[in-house]
This record gives sequence, structure tokens and C-alpha cells, in this order.
Amino acid sequence: MLGEGILKGMAETAKNFAGSFVSADRLTTVQYPEQRIPTFENARVFPFLVYDGPDWAAGMRCVACQICEKECPPKCIYIEKSRDKKPDFVGKPQFYPARFDIDISVCMSCQICVEVCPFEAIKMDTEFELATDDRFRGLLLDRQQLAKSNEYYHQIHPTEAGEVDARLDAEKAAAAAKAKVAAQAAAKAAETAKTAPAKPAPPAGGED
Amino acid sequence: MLAAPVSTHALPAIVDQVFILFKDWLVSFLPTSWRPAAGVVLGVIAIVCVFPALFALTTVFERKGLGRMQNRYGPNRVGPYGLFQPIADGVKSLTKEDVVPLNADVMVHFLAPLTLVVTVFMGFAVLPMGRNMALVSLDAGLLFFFSMSAATELSVFMAGWSSRNKYSLLGAMRAVAQMISYEVPLLLSSVAVVMISGSLSLPKIVEAQSGYTGVFPHWYIFTPWGLASFLVFAIAATAETNRSPFDLPEGESEIVAGYHTEYSGFKFALFFLAEYLAMFSISGIGVTLFLGGWSAPLSFLNVVPSWFWFFSKVMLSIFVFIWMRGTLPRLRQDQLMNFAWKFVLPFTLLNLGVTALWRFMGEGWARWVVCSVILVGVYVLMGRVGMFKKHFGPRSYRYAE
Repeated sequence: MLGEGILKGMAETAKNFAGSFVSADRLTTVQYPEQRIPTFENARVFPFLVYDGPDWAAGMRCVACQICEKECPPKCIYIEKSRDKKPDFVGKPQFYPARFDIDISVCMSCQICVEVCPFEAIKMDTEFELATDDRFRGLLLDRQQLAKSNEYYHQIHPTEAGEVDARLDAEKAAAAAKAKVAAQAAAKAAETAKTAPAKPAPPAGGED
Repeated sequence: MLAAPVSTHALPAIVDQVFILFKDWLVSFLPTSWRPAAGVVLGVIAIVCVFPALFALTTVFERKGLGRMQNRYGPNRVGPYGLFQPIADGVKSLTKEDVVPLNADVMVHFLAPLTLVVTVFMGFAVLPMGRNMALVSLDAGLLFFFSMSAATELSVFMAGWSSRNKYSLLGAMRAVAQMISYEVPLLLSSVAVVMISGSLSLPKIVEAQSGYTGVFPHWYIFTPWGLASFLVFAIAATAETNRSPFDLPEGESEIVAGYHTEYSGFKFALFFLAEYLAMFSISGIGVTLFLGGWSAPLSFLNVVPSWFWFFSKVMLSIFVFIWMRGTLPRLRQDQLMNFAWKFVLPFTLLNLGVTALWRFMGEGWARWVVCSVILVGVYVLMGRVGMFKKHFGPRSYRYAE
């Protein structure tokens, strides 16, 4: 009959109206500042710089190779290379960024910097509450603001951080092994160098 | 001015007339020759304060109610339970920039919201909001009310035309087409009430419905012709106030905001105010014509003051407006016109005949049976004919998928 559908619809909305006061399951809204949903592991917002150990300046993984700066599609990264060097995680002396700025008002969150970084130094953050009343300075993050510990990285992307750590440990072990081999070789060489001139000496005197 | 008390108790009568007594007391400080004019001014001030306040409350309750119908919370941030939301909205609309398009007809663009609000307010002048509580009791109050509500179309068209914007003009065209189409059933459905009560005066129409059989009231909605008229009136009133499902003139998804696309800041707030005031006034007239105006729904509830009943009934009908908005999708222009001219209008004309039959069949159960059978039969028949060979059901897509 004419008007039947309207009545059915009205009954449905009336059910919702009354039900939303009775059952809490109906209201799926999360009351944001008070309640939060934990961020998903694959969430990404803007990049940050990973550091190891307690001191952000000493432990920073970035070696200022500037690949990310060159690859960045919207050109939001600005890096100044240091003049001196500091030891990296395997102990090799490396440059470090004297300045590392990301303009997050320009960044498009594409993650290309993360893909190209050979040093696992830049990763994507999940921090999204970045509103500021200064739209120029407030959105230009310097290296101190960007630096976040490896523990934080583990916290926000556990799987990915575990993989990265395994890779770095392997690299470190390889470097250590290589160093050991090199050290052994060096020691051997030193030994041979030490013994070589001494060895021929006696026959030299004896035979001739 | 105090009417004969309905109850034997004095206190309910005083509470019932409290506003009138207060007005008389205030006016008594003035010289006699000034009193009638001052009384009218006080009444106007009351109307201009009460209805915008109701409008503010309605906006927040509408948003909360719609939210609940969609299983959301609705606004709950500003103040306790979000009740101060209208204040925040008001501050926002007052401080916003007033943008007038470069090519707009500035004078007409400026006047449109003003004339709209003024004409909508005029309608309240004749509404009896309680016993003795009509600002002016005109003999042709109903006629005055409808002429004022028809004048709003002019403002809508002024707004649409002067903005020099295609969406505004489209919205205004739709609004005028829709309002004129539904003006006819709106008027004809209230003519049925005039035929029975024999008066165009709104207080007299309320008086005619104020009797009781046992505890049940003699409201016109409880008669077959009254129910039919009321349904037609409700449909036409929804269309007349551009409320969903008849909100084509301001269909956001198609024409931005229709005739008020080019309005911002306080002028937009005036349009918004006028829309809600129109809802209140048309609900008020519907309550007066069919739901017994200020009379109590059961005879022993007459202890409660009459103005309370009037405003409760108006707010109830506002709730139904909101409920429909939360339920129904927007119509298409052709559906709107077909419905108005092919279903509502013929049915209203038939209802006028049935009302006449009711009037001349005299007292007795026979007229109840005859009138009900005619109306229900025709309703079902027209529904069947209208829906004949129309395939209602899940939509099938020819090219998608």
C-alpha cells in the first residue's frame, strides 16, 4: 500500500533513536581527545630520524649522504653535511647531518626517503597531532625534533623495527668478523713481517 | 481580558493567563490611550524573543536527534551535553565576513533575507498560542496566515534571482515551483476545517474543537475527513517549509545550497532562522486547525495551562519533521510534481466532497462508516493506480558491475 515504506523507514529510525540511548554498542563513535584507537602498525604520517643509545646526537644513524634529499619528490628535506666525522654504529667514522630539516607542510608522506635510505636512518612516524599556531616555524622540524629513539621505533612499528635490527646486527656481525679477519690478517702480516726479516738472517750468515 | 476560568480552581486559571495578566499589569502603568498600542508592542516583543529562542534550542536538538537516528552522539562539546552549541553557531555567523557577489543586485540581495524573516514573523500574529493568547484575533486570521506564508516565495525568488548564480537561480525556481504546487493542497486541506467550523478566525476554530466526549477531545484529526486533511496538510507543510524529503530547493548534493548559496554570515543565519520559524508557524497552524490548538488532549488535563499544550504540540510536530528528515531520502523534481498534482491534489478535492458529506449526513455512526470507506478506498485505489507497472525493489544496474 502507498506509504507503507515510509512507515517502515520511520520505524527503523525510531528504533535507532531509542536504541542509541539504551545500548552502548550502537554508538561506535570514539570520543577522540578522551578516547583513542591505538594507531595501526602500518600507519604513517611524516618521517623521523632514528638514533641508537641514550644520546640523540651521538647515536644518530644518519650519515648525511643526502640521498633522501635528492629523491624527495616535493623537496621538503634540507641537509647540511658536517665537516668532522663521528663513529657510526659499527665504529666507522662517518659524516653526520649538521642540519636536517623537514618541512612537514610540504611533505606528502610518500615514504620514498625511507625506501632509499641505505642506513635505516629515516623511518615513518605515526604522530599526527602536529597542529601549531605558527604555520612557518611550527611546521619546519629540525634534527632534534626529528630524532627519535630506536625504542620508540620498536614501539610504533614492532615488526619492521625487528627486521631492521636483525639486518643491522648481521651487518655489525659481518663488520666485526671482517674486522677480526682483517685484524688476524694484519696480525699475521705483522708477524710475518716481524719474522720474515729475522728468518733469513741465520742462513744468510751460515751459508755464505 | 481574563476569560471565564475552565476549572473551579483559581490557581490554574491564573497560571493559564499568567502572560496576559503580566502584560495587563505592565500596560497599566501607561496612560489609557497608549495601552492598546503598548499591549501589541509587548506581544510582538514576546513573539520575537520566544520563537528565535525555540529556534536555537531546536537546532541543537535536531542535530542531536538526527545523530541518534544514525547511531551517533551529535554535538556534545560546547557546554553541558552540547547545549551551548547555538551560542557558538551564533557567534560564528555574526563574526563571519558578509560576502556579496560582484554581479549581484545588491539591493535585492540585501532585502531578500529581511523580507523573508519579516513575512514569516507576520504569520505568528494570528496564531492563538494559548487561551486569549493571539496577538491579533482577526476574523480572517487563516486567510492572513496563508497570504503571509505565500509571500515568503517572493523572498526566496528575490534571493535566488539577485545572487546571479546558476545554483541560486535553480534553487529559487525549484522552490517557487514546489511552493506553488503545494500551496494548493495546503489551502484546500484547511478549507475542510473552515467548512466544518464555519469560521476563518483561528481562536474560533480552536473553540470549536475544545469540547470533550467523556475524556476524549473533539479534535478534527479524530474524524475521517480531519485525518485525511491533516495528512495532506502535513505533506504540504513539509513541502512548503522546504524540509526533507522535499528539500530540493536547497539540495546540497545537487545545487550547493540552492537560493542561499551566495549568502554568508548573518544573512545566511537569517535564512536559517526563517526556515525554522516557518516550521514553527506552519506547525502552529496545523496544531490549531487539526489538533485542537491549545486545548488539552484529555479533559482532566485542562489543569495544565493552555500555552503549555500549544507549545508541546508544536514541538511534537517539530520532532516529527526531524524524524522524517532522519528517515527519508530527497525526492526528484518529477516525483515531487507528480505527487503534488496527480495524488495530493485529487485526493484533497475528494476530501472536500467527503467533508461536505460529513456535514450534511448529520449526527450518527453512518457518516463515520461512509466517509471512512470512501477515503480509505480511494486512497488504496489511487496508490495502486499510481504504483501500477512501477517496479519497486532493489535497483538493478545495467552497465555497472
